Amino acid sequence: MNDLSISNEDFQKFREFFYRKTGIQFEPTKRYFVDKRLLERIEATGNTNFRSYFTLLRFQASGEELQQLTNIMTVNETYFFREAYQFKCLVESILPKITASKTDTSPIRIWVIPSSSGEEPYSIAIYLLEYWAGINQWDIEIISSDIDTKILAHARQGLYSARALQELPEKFKLRYFKRIGNSFQIVDDLLQSVEFTRVNLSERADTRAYRNFDIIFCRNLLIYFDDVSRKNAAETFYDALKPGGYIFLGHSESMSRISSLYKVCKFPEAIVYQKPKEPL
Amino acid sequence: MPFIKKHDQQPVKNDERTQERDCESLVLSLDNPDPVARRWAARDLVECPDASAKLVERLRVEQDMSVRAVILSSLTCLGDHTAVAGLVDCLRSEDAALRNESIEVMKQLPDEVAPIMRELLHDTNDDVRIFAVNILESLCHPDVESWLLEVIENDPQINVCAAALDLLLEVGSKAAEQPLKRLQLRFADEAYFQFAINLALRRIAED
Amino acid sequence: MKRILIVDDAATVRMFHRSILENAGFEVDEAINGVEALEKTLQNPFDLYLVDVNMPKLDGYGFLRQLRELPVPQVPAIMISTEAEANDVQLAFTAGANAYLIKPTKPDLLLQQIQLLLGDGSI
Repeated sequence: MNDLSISNEDFQKFREFFYRKTGIQFEPTKRYFVDKRLLERIEATGNTNFRSYFTLLRFQASGEELQQLTNIMTVNETYFFREAYQFKCLVESILPKITASKTDTSPIRIWVIPSSSGEEPYSIAIYLLEYWAGINQWDIEIISSDIDTKILAHARQGLYSARALQELPEKFKLRYFKRIGNSFQIVDDLLQSVEFTRVNLSERADTRAYRNFDIIFCRNLLIYFDDVSRKNAAETFYDALKPGGYIFLGHSESMSRISSLYKVCKFPEAIVYQKPKEPL
Repeated sequence: MPFIKKHDQQPVKNDERTQERDCESLVLSLDNPDPVARRWAARDLVECPDASAKLVERLRVEQDMSVRAVILSSLTCLGDHTAVAGLVDCLRSEDAALRNESIEVMKQLPDEVAPIMRELLHDTNDDVRIFAVNILESLCHPDVESWLLEVIENDPQINVCAAALDLLLEVGSKAAEQPLKRLQLRFADEAYFQFAINLALRRIAED
Repeated sequence: MKRILIVDDAATVRMFHRSILENAGFEVDEAINGVEALEKTLQNPFDLYLVDVNMPKLDGYGFLRQLRELPVPQVPAIMISTEAEANDVQLAFTAGANAYLIKPTKPDLLLQQIQLLLGDGSI
């Protein structure tokens, strides 16, 4: 180990840059956490000091290193009931608004992207079954998409480790899973509740057919995209949503780095973004 | 369970647009009274190599934010000479939103913007020079620092220098040290300059 | 302690304004553009805004127009701009600004203006 270190001024400079790019603001109390990860990436990229690494970060046209760094600065784990306050917001604030303004009995459509290995769309299904009274009145369509066909196969199979279920109340584990050795298999009924599809969000031919959604969950994905791709994604979602439809982003993500097309809505549980009912 | 899954059908509703359209009819659709139609036209025009001029023309009059956003994305994607020239014109607009949108697009086009950067930085209009510096903020180009140094050495306008100074706090190297000290003398009465230059010099000294 | 939100895309300008305001005893938060300023306002309202004109995503005018429509207590906003022309000042007031200052900011002018808008003994 050499004498590589991050000075106060380096930290400040990095902090400003990272805030501008991602919206994540590190408090000085996070200094140790940030330094440790910066040093890790400085070494991994073969740089010998902060300055040369920062130049890479700032001037790399592909933005790859910023993506790498964002990856390790944000904990991106997927498990059942992750950031469940947003599901609470869905049930207690958003769905009552949507059902109140519906003029027919057509299904309420939810798009979950990325599906990853399925924990998030299945969590939404479980949450709706357990906590939403309207479930007996309304049909729900959950479509979940990912670019990765292998991960989609995993999602369709619905077999999880105990670790993925650690946030899930015990009674839900019993109700919705069968234990197979050390793993947990989602019950058939729940497997049937989500439609999984392969979609590349950057491919217009892939996304063009996705329309008329009431709600989109796109959590912890756009933060890893470059400026242009995340803007394009925000526009794809705009076309995919009904007027007045809502979009949830991840807890460390903000539409302020992406687009001004959406209305910022504050509910008791969370900030959610809404496609305006009337054109702006 | 109350969940619906459309196994045997198309997974989601089919494309609502009626037909594949050629570039000419797409250009015509840019003036369609329905913003949704304009939005789709602007989106599809990205496949038409000569569409930049028409897109810029529409951008200048388009009132619907969602259509503007798509026009800007398509212009970023096309990223040709005509697109950039059109956006440069927008920098001179009275419409603040249009100016800011143009700056954002140009930040994404380093290869097209670089050849005209020096020209923009010497524009006779103070505002255009400030916007040119703003474009440098996220421009991934190796000449960013030298362009900024040229600004703080030569530009007479205080706010053009102020904007350049802001970026030098991020990208300034040892090469910036002397020009910054000269700038500090030039605007010795301005608190912002004293504050920012002291900070910039501290940062450079630490490297 | 009164809370002020600085809305500006330039990091150096935010730091400069922060140092002036914190020295004067205010609590300060920052937003990089109008959208983030709206988000922060909805999470925890402020007593005064310091707003730049030119910003990406949502500029100062757009922010003020939306702020004035929000169901939050309406508080003063100072627009800070490089432009000194009457037309620009008029635009700012129409959008919902309560005062207008020219960049680069003079610390004593800024504090005077804030004092005026918040009333005496406000800090």
